[in-house]
Amino acid sequence: MKLTLRVWRQKNADADGAMSTYEVDGISSDMSFLEMLDTLNEELILKGEDPVAFDHDCREGICGACSLVINGDAHGPERTTTCQLHMRSFKDGDTIDIEPWRASAFPVVKDLVVDRSAFDRIIQAGGYITAPTGTAPEAHATPVPKPDADFAFEHAECIGCGACVAACPNGAAMLFTSAKINHLNVLPQGAPERESRVLDMVAQMDDEGFGGCTLTGECATACPKGIPLMSITNMNKEWLRATRKAGKR
Amino acid sequence: MSSYSEYETGEPVVDTKAPKGPVNERWDIRRFEAKLVNPANRRKHTIIVVGTGLAGGSAGATLAEQGYHVVQFCFQDSPRRAHSVAAQGGINAAKNYRNDGDSIHRLFYDTVKGGDFRARESNVHRLAQISVEIIDQCVAQGVPFAREYGGLLDNRSFGGVQVSRTFYARGQTGQQLLLGAYQALSRQVAAGNIELHPRTEMLDLIVVDGRARGIVARDLVTGKIDTYFADAVVLASGGYGNVFYLSTNAMNSNATAIWRAHRKGAYFANPCFTQIHPTCIPRTGDHQSKLTLMSESLRNDGRIWVPKAKGDDRPPNQIPEDERDYYLERIYPSFGNLVPRDIASRAAKNVCDEGRGVGPGGQGVYLDFAEAIERMGRKAVEAKYGNLFDMYQRITDEDPYEVPMRIYPAVHYTMGGLWVDYDLGTTIPGLFAIGEANFSDHGANRLGASALMQGLADGYFVLPSTINDYLARSPHHDEVSEDHPAVAEAVRETQDRLARLLAVDGDRTPDSFHREIGELMWEFCGMARTEEGLHKALERIPEIREEFWRRIKVPGTGEEFNQSLEKANRVIDYLELAELMCLDALHRAESCGGHFREESQTPDGEAARKDDEFSYAAAWEFTGTGEAPVLHKEDLVFEYVHPTQRSYA
Amino acid sequence: MTRTIWDSSVGKKTVMAVSGLIMLLYLVVHMLGNLKIFFGSGEFNHYAHWLRTIGEPFLHYEWALWIIRVVLLAAVVAHATSAYQLSRRDIKARPSKYVHKRPRASYATRTMRWGGIILGLFIVWHILDLTTGTVHPGFESGRPYQNVVDTFSTWYGNVIYIVAMLALGLHTRHGFWSAAQTLGVGSRTRDRILKTIANVLALVLTVGFISVPVGVMTGLVS
Repeated sequence: MKLTLRVWRQKNADADGAMSTYEVDGISSDMSFLEMLDTLNEELILKGEDPVAFDHDCREGICGACSLVINGDAHGPERTTTCQLHMRSFKDGDTIDIEPWRASAFPVVKDLVVDRSAFDRIIQAGGYITAPTGTAPEAHATPVPKPDADFAFEHAECIGCGACVAACPNGAAMLFTSAKINHLNVLPQGAPERESRVLDMVAQMDDEGFGGCTLTGECATACPKGIPLMSITNMNKEWLRATRKAGKR
Repeated sequence: MSSYSEYETGEPVVDTKAPKGPVNERWDIRRFEAKLVNPANRRKHTIIVVGTGLAGGSAGATLAEQGYHVVQFCFQDSPRRAHSVAAQGGINAAKNYRNDGDSIHRLFYDTVKGGDFRARESNVHRLAQISVEIIDQCVAQGVPFAREYGGLLDNRSFGGVQVSRTFYARGQTGQQLLLGAYQALSRQVAAGNIELHPRTEMLDLIVVDGRARGIVARDLVTGKIDTYFADAVVLASGGYGNVFYLSTNAMNSNATAIWRAHRKGAYFANPCFTQIHPTCIPRTGDHQSKLTLMSESLRNDGRIWVPKAKGDDRPPNQIPEDERDYYLERIYPSFGNLVPRDIASRAAKNVCDEGRGVGPGGQGVYLDFAEAIERMGRKAVEAKYGNLFDMYQRITDEDPYEVPMRIYPAVHYTMGGLWVDYDLGTTIPGLFAIGEANFSDHGANRLGASALMQGLADGYFVLPSTINDYLARSPHHDEVSEDHPAVAEAVRETQDRLARLLAVDGDRTPDSFHREIGELMWEFCGMARTEEGLHKALERIPEIREEFWRRIKVPGTGEEFNQSLEKANRVIDYLELAELMCLDALHRAESCGGHFREESQTPDGEAARKDDEFSYAAAWEFTGTGEAPVLHKEDLVFEYVHPTQRSYA
Repeated sequence: MTRTIWDSSVGKKTVMAVSGLIMLLYLVVHMLGNLKIFFGSGEFNHYAHWLRTIGEPFLHYEWALWIIRVVLLAAVVAHATSAYQLSRRDIKARPSKYVHKRPRASYATRTMRWGGIILGLFIVWHILDLTTGTVHPGFESGRPYQNVVDTFSTWYGNVIYIVAMLALGLHTRHGFWSAAQTLGVGSRTRDRILKTIANVLALVLTVGFISVPVGVMTGLVS
């Protein structure tokens, strides 16, 4: 295949960026999207040009590093991560636009690489269960009903890639934040910190400059792990519950 | 420089920390004997942890909980992305929840045997003991393990064992365990006990007066090279499988941290012990940048076969049952499809070498779920393996519910690593290595679902106990300053290395060299090794190295975000490590576990171990690039599990 | 780190949801009352007068109506203020657009902001037109039937009203479902029924309200 790529190039966080156009040839439909970009970069290096910077690591859809907006869609046309997108999803002669995640809470580092440390700070605000090493009771001491365990797992699948923020017209991190809250709040082990967790994480999310939710559902559509939109509803419920309880105290 | 293979044998290396006494009491004895650091004094000690995977993440969190000041590094943009995240299948623990005859002793036995009798009994027994606590710890942290309808934890079986002791979270066990450790780490970051440096890569170790006192690291965003000082340094930087270019490792996983430590005096043990995982998706072409694993758990229900006839290129569904060779079930009737990884991989290679491989280039075998779907129903198969099937379909564009998967072995894990004693200390005082970065527990072959167990055992339980002893016994260290000659030297060396890479301005990319060394290693130091091939590789590697420094091209500067520079710098270390791996493989003229020497096999093609000659761990001492290293042997003593020829028939 | 509801983006959404539901409840009653116009001027005017006497003799004349007006005013102000502040926040969170544009989200979602502004302006006009009569030439207090017929006898009265009611339909459709999510009453099993209620409410309100100008235009009401 022969393709025309229009790629966002930005030297660093302070520089202005713009789309640059590149042609790539000899692309196989078995290639992954990132392997197609590797091909471009090999050519750029040999030409003495600056290769396109992009985040990637495991290339099997689980680390959450890859983060490209392809033709306006976070992670491209398939419901998966960029690294699991294959060139068979495109046609010979296509023009493909590649941009970084865009949100003010995710400033661009270089080209297609953004800074997602805001997510880490949301987790630091309360996305954990306080269980210092050595304090744990026997694992079978507290059975967890299977539906609750499955619910927890479904939300724990989040890979923290940030596609939800990239897709949201408001740059909101509701889906990411709610996924972690729901994972931990449904478990009996997470119960003691249930209220502080949701209040603190939502507060941190606001402080990071993410937008609010208008329930467009774009986040859940873009999520490569299928975290449902209802996750946000449930977080709202947890938040209201915690607010009521905090008011009573 | 063929003189490289003319190595000398030095003093034997002795593990001075493992206590005597019955194997099941050794860990208790060691913990009691270890000196403690007064809680009030812990704040005054700084510990550097490099890496945030299962080992590093759990160690950082636990050390910080104990009150130490932890400074932690990862090259990823977030600690949550460390490659432990990609482990699929599960984690072993001797809980015996199934009442199927499991016990700590059996896990110990299985692991020593699975490692083909090349691991230390004391370490492995400790690992089996701790396995039980790991599950408790992870459940308390909210790791959503699979559960049964009664609300209790579910288990499944893995290769090389006959009990169900593997705990799992669908096909994402590594991810869930890593998130547990990451969350514990995050809690300590918020509490101010951990100073976290993401997107920062360790480029050298600082050794002052014979002790590890810090690291040189590069901020990958600004390119700034900085020094960080501490009372002890913990390397949890993972394995070195990426030396093969194509592997199941993450693209950025690399050997630089451990290799730089090796150059500074830490011995490197058993470098040739690499695990080739039997169930990976075959490569599709030269563009391939990495290989993707299909969890070993698939072998619970999938059946592996190839056509009986050579060159049978009918579609799999048109090959009748009696013309299929379910070769693992045929050769190993009692373990069948669940033989250990090294055996399954080699068997796949053998049938492909016979010309019975399937798919493009004949480099593949079928992993068939037709029978499982018939027996359990499509729904049950979907619930168990759905995400793996989806992943397979996305990569290959084939529906594994309809046609059998095609799989082929690929480099997956490295059992070798920095030599450590029972306390996980390397030969440099104050430098510790945990997780895949060390060589300790898996011998010559790792059993499935044991890497997660070892990483977490090291990080949550072993290191936080043993490092106290080091800190308590070492006299209070003087402050190290930037202008100490050893520090200035390490910084200068690092800066020179990067400057040199940028200055060559040749005509080959870092990736092209990486690919070349990888292909060489796969050919001569991969699934089967010969003396002749290893000699060839040892001849070729210095030539590649020489060519590298003549023709490498790295664009841009060192004072910016520069992924090519990061890559090129890692390739430098692969070009040295590869040489040591080949030498180790050459010197170990026996077959054991993942190391198969064609000269050493039984008449029916099984690996033939030579216990009288090679029952030791080979710890190599660095003497200079391209210079013959010095071999130090650590003799392995088996008091409880007596070496036998492994049999899974 | 506990904050007031007003300090949190989720809290402000709650304020929007509650105030929106209050207004929605009012609109349902309002719309049903409007339908009285089809029973002639006597019944309609009588109903309008009754609104002022609700709660008598316990409450003084028009007190109930004023209580309702105050509550509604508070709801409108709270709804609009939080909407304004949240929108500002959203726009700030996503300052640069993607170069590659593509159609996004449903029509109802995209029109929430514009729809809200249209409805806000409409409310002002509607009060000036039919409550105070400020912009209504020939307005006669105490003769609501005639005033309504007057308004819908002008082309612009019809246009303004019908456009606003279509906006109301879309706004209700997404708003009701959205409020349910904000208040955490949505769930996977309840999602269909909530969406159905939202659609039915939107449809009933729009058709109910628009039936009046249509009635006037077709001469059914005169």
